[in-house]
Amino acid sequence: MSSDINRVELTIHSDPRNLPIVRAAVEKLAALEGFEPHDVYHITLAIDEALANVIKHGYGGKCDQPIVITLQPVRSPDGRPGISVCVRDQGRQVDPALIKGRDLEEVRPGGLGVHIIQSVMDAYNYSCPVDGGMLLEMVKYASAKNCPSPSVKV
Amino acid sequence: MPAETNNLVKDIRKTPEATTVVLSGDIDLHHSPQLHSALVEVTNERPKKLLLDLRDVPYMDSSGVGTFVEVFRRVNAYKGKMVIFGLNPRVRSIFEITKLDRFFTLAETEEQALKT
Repeated sequence: MSSDINRVELTIHSDPRNLPIVRAAVEKLAALEGFEPHDVYHITLAIDEALANVIKHGYGGKCDQPIVITLQPVRSPDGRPGISVCVRDQGRQVDPALIKGRDLEEVRPGGLGVHIIQSVMDAYNYSCPVDGGMLLEMVKYASAKNCPSPSVKV
Repeated sequence: MPAETNNLVKDIRKTPEATTVVLSGDIDLHHSPQLHSALVEVTNERPKKLLLDLRDVPYMDSSGVGTFVEVFRRVNAYKGKMVIFGLNPRVRSIFEITKLDRFFTLAETEEQALKT
């Protein structure tokens, strides 16, 4: 893990055993940034789901492929603290237009990860970088009722 | 899969009324396949009521929900009943986010789960 004042970067192998390590780091960082426990859980869940999708679909279950997670504090237009998350892999590329949550009227396993990301994050975007793999960018802002004064420097 | 070979399955209690599977730890992409195998083995015995105790599960992702959906289908197929109880607010919220709280029977306590 590398860190400077504003940015934390985690590089892991695509091994599901690494997920609790990432969750612990994200939970700690989000809490340090002042997010309430409910928001901390949502940020952690979204990143966990994103990584699970990379492992399962991007890398087809291979456990030795690289995934880079970057977290950076940001501000909403109305001054609320937030966190920007990038998940970068070198796996199979998929047309971003095809990545969407499924119909929840169907009671079946699978396909829930994107729906969860959509539901708990304020913004998300998939893209296909020219040098291969996929990039998922997500943003979560602190809930308005719990955010500190906008004058607080992050 | 015997309970002692699955870290997530802490205990399995069987009575004439119900089989209770006590789970412990995070349910995520790493642990869900083990959980799936353990619960499929339990449902092979076709308990009338399958209770899943999540009091000691601090975190669960969509792979855990997916596992429960598969087990729920198996139990429904033989006309059994599955009840999940003891969910903390975080774990409960993933059922709500995925709108699966409409399909699963969720209870607060084991006593309530047995009466359901």
